[in-house]
Amino acid sequence: MIKQHFQKSNLRFRDKILALDFPLIFLILLLGVISLFAMYSSEQGKFSYYTQSHLYRFVIFFTVFIIVAFFRIQFWSKSAYLFYFIILILLFAVDFYGVTASGSKRWINLFFINLQPSELMKVALIIFLARYYYKIPLENVSNIKHIVLPLFALIVPVFLVASQPDLGTAILIAFGGFAVIWLAGLRIKFFLYSFFILICLIPIGVSFLKPYQKSRILTFFNPERDPLGAGYQIIQSKIAVGSGGIFGKGFLQGSQSYLDYLPEKHTDFIFTLFSEEFGFVGSIVLLLIYVLIMYRIVAIGIQSKSDFAKLYCFGFAAAFFFYVTVNMSMVLGLLPIVGAPLPIMSYGGSAMLSMMIGLGIVMSCRIYRTS
Amino acid sequence: MRSFSETFENKSRLITRRMFILSSLKIAVFIGIICRLFYLQISENIKWRSLSDKNRLREWKMPPQRGIIEDYFGEKIAKNSQVFQLHMIPEDVPNLEELFFRLSKIIDFNERQKSNLIKRLKKRKPWEPIIISDNLSWSEFSRLNLFLHETPGIKPVVSIARKYIEDGSFSHIIGYVSAVSVKDLENSALLRKINIPGLKTGKNGLEKSLNEDMIGKPGLQRFEVNAYGKRIKELKFVEGTAGKNYRTTLDIDVQQFTSELLKDKSGSICVMDIYTGDIIAMVSSPTFDANKFVHGIDTKDWQDLINDDKKPLINKSIAGLYPPGSTIKPLVALSALENDVISPNTTTECKGVIELYGHTYHCWKEKGHGFLRLREGIKQSCDIYFYEVARRLGVDRLAETANKFGLGNKVLDILDEERTGLVPSTKWKLKNIGRGWLLGETLLAGIGQGYFQVTPIQLCLMTAQLANGGYKIKPKIIYNEQALQSTTDASREQFGQLYRNQENVKFVLDAQFGATNEPMGTSYRSRHVKPEYIFAGKTGTSQIRSITEEERELKIKQKDLPYKRRDHALFTAFAPYKNPRYAFSVVIEHGGAGSSAAAPLAKKVIKKVLDRQQLRTKYQPDLFQEV
Repeated sequence: MIKQHFQKSNLRFRDKILALDFPLIFLILLLGVISLFAMYSSEQGKFSYYTQSHLYRFVIFFTVFIIVAFFRIQFWSKSAYLFYFIILILLFAVDFYGVTASGSKRWINLFFINLQPSELMKVALIIFLARYYYKIPLENVSNIKHIVLPLFALIVPVFLVASQPDLGTAILIAFGGFAVIWLAGLRIKFFLYSFFILICLIPIGVSFLKPYQKSRILTFFNPERDPLGAGYQIIQSKIAVGSGGIFGKGFLQGSQSYLDYLPEKHTDFIFTLFSEEFGFVGSIVLLLIYVLIMYRIVAIGIQSKSDFAKLYCFGFAAAFFFYVTVNMSMVLGLLPIVGAPLPIMSYGGSAMLSMMIGLGIVMSCRIYRTS
Repeated sequence: MRSFSETFENKSRLITRRMFILSSLKIAVFIGIICRLFYLQISENIKWRSLSDKNRLREWKMPPQRGIIEDYFGEKIAKNSQVFQLHMIPEDVPNLEELFFRLSKIIDFNERQKSNLIKRLKKRKPWEPIIISDNLSWSEFSRLNLFLHETPGIKPVVSIARKYIEDGSFSHIIGYVSAVSVKDLENSALLRKINIPGLKTGKNGLEKSLNEDMIGKPGLQRFEVNAYGKRIKELKFVEGTAGKNYRTTLDIDVQQFTSELLKDKSGSICVMDIYTGDIIAMVSSPTFDANKFVHGIDTKDWQDLINDDKKPLINKSIAGLYPPGSTIKPLVALSALENDVISPNTTTECKGVIELYGHTYHCWKEKGHGFLRLREGIKQSCDIYFYEVARRLGVDRLAETANKFGLGNKVLDILDEERTGLVPSTKWKLKNIGRGWLLGETLLAGIGQGYFQVTPIQLCLMTAQLANGGYKIKPKIIYNEQALQSTTDASREQFGQLYRNQENVKFVLDAQFGATNEPMGTSYRSRHVKPEYIFAGKTGTSQIRSITEEERELKIKQKDLPYKRRDHALFTAFAPYKNPRYAFSVVIEHGGAGSSAAAPLAKKVIKKVLDRQQLRTKYQPDLFQEV
């Protein structure tokens, strides 16, 4: 089947290469290089485990990105359901056979890699919904009949991930899903209703939260509540960012990260480390790179003829936006601390794989934009 | 019914439209994040930068060297000497229990010290050195060094600590230092500012009064530390400055000699320069070893000190209150002469007893002195004569003279524990007791009994101001103490004239010469025969309660009374008689008669002081010129 999709294409290999979106590739590579420097700094200027591992992953997953891009978009459209169900099965499997680390069961041991299916679900749900709405005429989108299935497809993984527990990823998956549903044309009133219901459900939801999650949310509203405990991360993160100033403390000079005041500096707080060392100017540049990546994704969507490609690209751009902003808002003290990595920058194999597959499909939309 | 292509068009357009709505939302959020970055990194930058530095930098203060206290000749009374300490770095110790066991074999390390150390350990970071013992003997220290390879994690350290003269002769004047307490911190802003672990502060005596000047400025080490508090690198090193040194007017030789004389007795001896007010010796007995307090005194030693009836912790020279007894008679006589109520020729008959105001008053000499004039009255210390003088003089005029000559006021103003004593007057009694003055009380005041209370240093000052011809002096312990007392005031006060007619002063001095150097004089037996040592003095025996008629009948000897009920023995003197230079006061608590218990001690001290007079005046010859 794979062979068929590769060969049946009426484009020659050279055309495919030329059809790639080079600005996007450049931006991804740029981000990869920046992330390597940040990782190197997080290890106090030593090229050791995290940096090496991040480098290998980036190289491997960038290759995955190119391979994914060369598959025809029709292939992705047709295998969307399959992709979704595989990931869903893996999510269930995590529940039973998962590897537990720091209090939550998120990983599954696939012998050669410890995979985090919840990260892959971020992309799988988007492609699933894009495929689903691609087939449905506009006037049927708001039919109850056509609301139930996507809602179900969204709630099941979100619930599974939230119960791992991994509130951050669950919320990001849900955001991605809602973005596609919104783009597909579901009436605004449904969003208003569900928003209203959500507000009503908050008290019930709170009772399901784990004590540490409650503590994180309370701490968000008042970090001084427990400056050495739950509030420690956010206070230290703000100190790091704030002390960076306009031009930052300089590469490898970030005292907050160098002296270990900054927690989770390889993963969720990588932006804090970067911002401390490169200051306001550096942060704006990094933010600009993300904006440009999103702009390229959206532009590819606009160029695409098919609604599937449009839905997927716009949906993925929206999800990408959520990942970036939730992470940044979190480390800047605008949102409570929930586990949300910064795309490509943060250390973490599954998250990077997920982003590279997602971007690969976007690139595939670009190569096959006319079909 | 719309066509398929129309629907298709519509759907595409709807998706794109909604994408743009979403995009504008994204832009808004990004602007929000940029604003947040701007706010944190630019508007609030200074705040966060200082917080970051607070995280990153930690300062360690190093205890400064305390100032030294020297005697007049520059000999050290309180110095900083080498001590041997044992430090431990907890994280380097493989097995605490094993280490403690080994230590108990090598040094004095008992269970109590062990539990105390374990308690302290819990509050410390494992890489911070902790002091196990701060005062090891040399043999313990050398043994430790020998077994060092068997006890990893410990470090013998040579450090500096306060060291006082061992015999305790200066313990009362100098006081001692000890670890800073919560109360010390409450009382001193300076201590709060420089509170360093291991810092000692003055608790008593000069160590306390001069504490803030002597303590010095602490040194500083600034380190970059990581989140766990471990030092990463040193960024700054500022050396501390040692505290101010002080030179005193005291003479170690005289002080130690005097202290030795008073051994096993309870009392005080003071020696003062009658012109400069220099205090040459000021001994209180019994004493204690101030060194014991420096590293924290043992509970047992402490209990012994506070349970001792002779009150070794009290500086009796300035805080002990005694009725002056007959030592006040020269002053009473002077007051009466100055007020013209008597003349040297006033004659009174002493029959050993006199009836006045319905009470019977006794002379110390039961048979009586017969007919006496003033000079004999002082020389033989006749009580009956002085009842008569006091009766004529009245208590208020006596109080005025007594105050002028230094009684009832603090003498030194530098030691906190100093007491003012009490010079009774009619006004004082009305105010403090609420009853009118009784005439009989005037008689008692005339022989230095009753309400009268003086400190030994006040007696010394009184004697000095008589001996120098009746001039006011400002006694001092700190040599060159401009910093502590305003010079202008001092010079105005110094050498203020205290007499109306100097002949009167000369008269009472001569009478005291008689008391010591002529037969029948009360201290005749304690005189010096060698001309260069000849001195003049006045004995005193102060009752601590009135003698009952019954006891008088029984003629109970002092020796037979229980210790606590015996009289205090007093003696005041000045020497040499020709061209006087020093005043002395001796008080022996419950010593019995002044003539037998106090005067012989004075005789020895006077010889010692006069032997060193040459040395002292040579050491600073210009002082004499000023006079």
